[in-house]
Amino acid sequence: MINLLIAIVTILAILVVAKVIRVFELSTELKGDNPAEVTASDNKTQATLFVILGLFWLGFVVYSVFAWGPLTLPVSASEHGEDIDGLMTLTWAIIAPAFFITHLLLIYFSYKYYFKKEQKATFFAHSTKLEMIWTTVPTIVLASLIVYGLSIWNEVTSPEPDDAMEVEIYAKQFDWTARYAGADNVLGKSGYRLITSENPLGVSMEDAASADDKIVRGELHLPVGKPVVFKFHSRDVLHSAYMPHFRLQMNCVPGMTTQFHMVPKTTTKEMREITGNDEFDYLLLCNKICGGAHYNMQMAIIVESEEDYAAWLADKKTIAESMAPAEETVVVAEVVEEGAEAPVEKEEEHTEAPASH
Amino acid sequence: MSDHAEHAEHAHHHHGKPDFWTHYVFSQDHKMISKQFLITAIIMGFIGMALSMLFRLQLGWPGESFKVLEMFLGDWGKDGILDPNMYLALVTIHGTIIVFMVLTGGLTGTFANLLIPLQIGARDMASGFLNMLSYWFFLASSVVMVASLFIETGPASAGWTVYPPLSALPEAIPGSGLGMTMWLVSIALFIVSSLLGGINYIVTIVNLRTKGMSMGRLPLTMWAILITAILGLLSFPVLLSAALLLIFDRSFGTSFYLSDIFIGGQALEHTGGSPILYEHLFWFLGHPEVYIILLPALGISSEIISTNSRKPIFGYKAMVGSMLAIAFLSFIVWGHHMFLTGMNPFLGSVFTFTTLLVAIPSAVKVFNYLTTLWKGNIVYTPAMMFAIGLVSTFVTGGLTGIILGDSALDINVHDTYFVVAHFHIVMGASAIFGMFAGVYHWFPKMYGRLMNKKLGYAHFWLTVISVYGVFFPMHFIGLAGVPRRYYSNEAFPLFDALQDINVSISMFAFLGGVAQCIFAFNFFYSIFRGSKSSQNPWRSNALEWTTEINPGHGNWVGPIPTVHRWAYDYSKPGADDDFIPQTVPLKAGEEDVH
Repeated sequence: MINLLIAIVTILAILVVAKVIRVFELSTELKGDNPAEVTASDNKTQATLFVILGLFWLGFVVYSVFAWGPLTLPVSASEHGEDIDGLMTLTWAIIAPAFFITHLLLIYFSYKYYFKKEQKATFFAHSTKLEMIWTTVPTIVLASLIVYGLSIWNEVTSPEPDDAMEVEIYAKQFDWTARYAGADNVLGKSGYRLITSENPLGVSMEDAASADDKIVRGELHLPVGKPVVFKFHSRDVLHSAYMPHFRLQMNCVPGMTTQFHMVPKTTTKEMREITGNDEFDYLLLCNKICGGAHYNMQMAIIVESEEDYAAWLADKKTIAESMAPAEETVVVAEVVEEGAEAPVEKEEEHTEAPASH
Repeated sequence: MSDHAEHAEHAHHHHGKPDFWTHYVFSQDHKMISKQFLITAIIMGFIGMALSMLFRLQLGWPGESFKVLEMFLGDWGKDGILDPNMYLALVTIHGTIIVFMVLTGGLTGTFANLLIPLQIGARDMASGFLNMLSYWFFLASSVVMVASLFIETGPASAGWTVYPPLSALPEAIPGSGLGMTMWLVSIALFIVSSLLGGINYIVTIVNLRTKGMSMGRLPLTMWAILITAILGLLSFPVLLSAALLLIFDRSFGTSFYLSDIFIGGQALEHTGGSPILYEHLFWFLGHPEVYIILLPALGISSEIISTNSRKPIFGYKAMVGSMLAIAFLSFIVWGHHMFLTGMNPFLGSVFTFTTLLVAIPSAVKVFNYLTTLWKGNIVYTPAMMFAIGLVSTFVTGGLTGIILGDSALDINVHDTYFVVAHFHIVMGASAIFGMFAGVYHWFPKMYGRLMNKKLGYAHFWLTVISVYGVFFPMHFIGLAGVPRRYYSNEAFPLFDALQDINVSISMFAFLGGVAQCIFAFNFFYSIFRGSKSSQNPWRSNALEWTTEINPGHGNWVGPIPTVHRWAYDYSKPGADDDFIPQTVPLKAGEEDVH
């Protein structure tokens, strides 16, 4: 009923507006004006608006840099990220003048050359010289950007150093799991057909390298200053591992291993001081649409001193330990978590059965 | 040619009064088909925009209850709270409708159909029947897409790029059930429509030009549409194959895109495929698609800027050349959407190189527009306002492309709001500005009446203010590291400070919605009540203004005019008027610019 009323009111409103416009048009026509014909005063008014609103727009751009610039990401927390930030600064230094110059010209011409009866436009159809200038200048500028950009890209994507620590980042709907390679720094083989509730990453226990791997959820810890290479996997759909503070992102593709290496250079503690936020944590976010809870697929990253990191990792059980029968309690806990829905449903059936009789 | 002409003559003069069905519904007249495309696109545009309003409510005020959500979405908006899966569905269908139905089908369908025969001097398109089919496939595609909003499991929700495995597995998201099937059917129909139209556009422009209309005398709109049609013809079949393989994977158990998947508690049988293959196929269309959307808008604005500056377009050959360069490059840049898929870094370098090259022809176009305005005598019709707006958005959005196209910089802004800001400004706003400019400019050709200028001005200013109000702040949200397609940022205390920006973005979005209502009102009102147009209301040189005010089927009464000069002889020294239509013969000793 309410909807019907809303619809009726809307239609009436449109009709009223139509009538008002009609009256307005008729009155302008009576005055001898055509409501569609552009008049001298229209040209002047619109040209003036181009100046006022155009300059307001440029002012807004400048204002927003000051107002919202501080809300953007803080300085890079990784070594390669500093190079990327440098490239970004240079690119802005090229883009910003281009933006302001073209806009100022656009605004100036829009005002200066608005239609005047006595004015005649200049017949100027072509100038090889001018066109050469604005083909050559962008070409030179872009060529240098390309060269500089690719040198950084090559550095970032170069093979990881030999001593880089291997960490698997494993994605599924809708959480992250990390697997540390253990003392041998080799991740044991894994496969999606081996996945069970006890073995959520499908790690192969036949591979000797698997035994000392450590599986960690909730928080990813990294030692500061040490190279780390992430191996990304997904078990279901595409995900993307995005660590904005480290200027690091890589897709997680089912059936394929992708990788990215970096050196974290700022500890969480230091970054808390830099940002002035005591609760600051580095984040690993999912940045490829992956389903209903995509917006909350995250893991905190803690960068700490090597000693703290070692102490934290020592506490974690290896796969061999957690798979051992003596550690059954841990395994049971995993089972319940993985299959939380099934037992609950059964219980409901039990309780409902008597009621229906 | 003459047979064709005589036939049309015959139809025009002796066919009597066509009945309602052949005139308005199953019409083969390019002008009527153009109106059908335009009105369908306006309706689809409003649907696409309405969907964005719904999810802007959620993004501006996450977790708050809005009755309107329940009203429109039922169980998907229970208690006025948007369901996260429905959020993704809204984003997906918003993108699909705007990209395909409005800016591809709507923009090209409207102006290619209206302008090709009129601007090259032909009675109609090469095949009126294929042209009619093209519209009906387009309508069917739109209807299927809208219908998918009403099914129980919801419409497709994997983003407008519908990457598998998410789009292939109903276990992964409910929208990948029937909703995704309908999406694929709709897009397949759309591609058929686009190909039928494209073939027709190319054949007509190449073969049916009137006497004297050499390629060098074509208005830039014609060049833009010709290049667009070639792009579509080369790239849309690839999307069709991508869609077909996806249908096979979904329904017939093949493994083109799927491998090594464990979902819903079991390992799937698919092995050997790769979702990356889909991305390659998709973006091989997807990137040319950006220019399929943009080039017609650039062509329209070239025509309108020149006409209303009362000056020839500066650097005609450079304008054509830069469109050709952009079109060529658009086929070898698709990998810049895939820098982070684990592709070989060397390949990434190649795509960075080709991508940044696009900036050169784009810069040429911008400077040529500016030079056309310089020392002009600018008449501010609403069409001209939008054309100037296009130059602004093309610059603003294009420049940030230099960041996204650079693989090293893309690492940290890929798939964030920075991308959303970039493509909405450079592709969305520029193309829609071009479309608005075209509608205001050629409305008199369509309906013999003019649109109200005051409403046009109000529409322009409110639209441009809301476009920048919505999309400019998104750059900062992206640079703060916020991913796109997030239902809410509440799970991240780090992003709390950005919420105020999101509120203001939503406000501007609603303002933009109101502005479009002004346009719709002006459009439909003016069809019936607009003030009557004169034969050549903008004092334009182009051939379409030499017909009667309301041209019949066949366009010109009597013979088709002969063309003697290019379309841009505005304010030529020695002429009495500030324009010389293309049909006026060269004076003795007068130089033809081309």
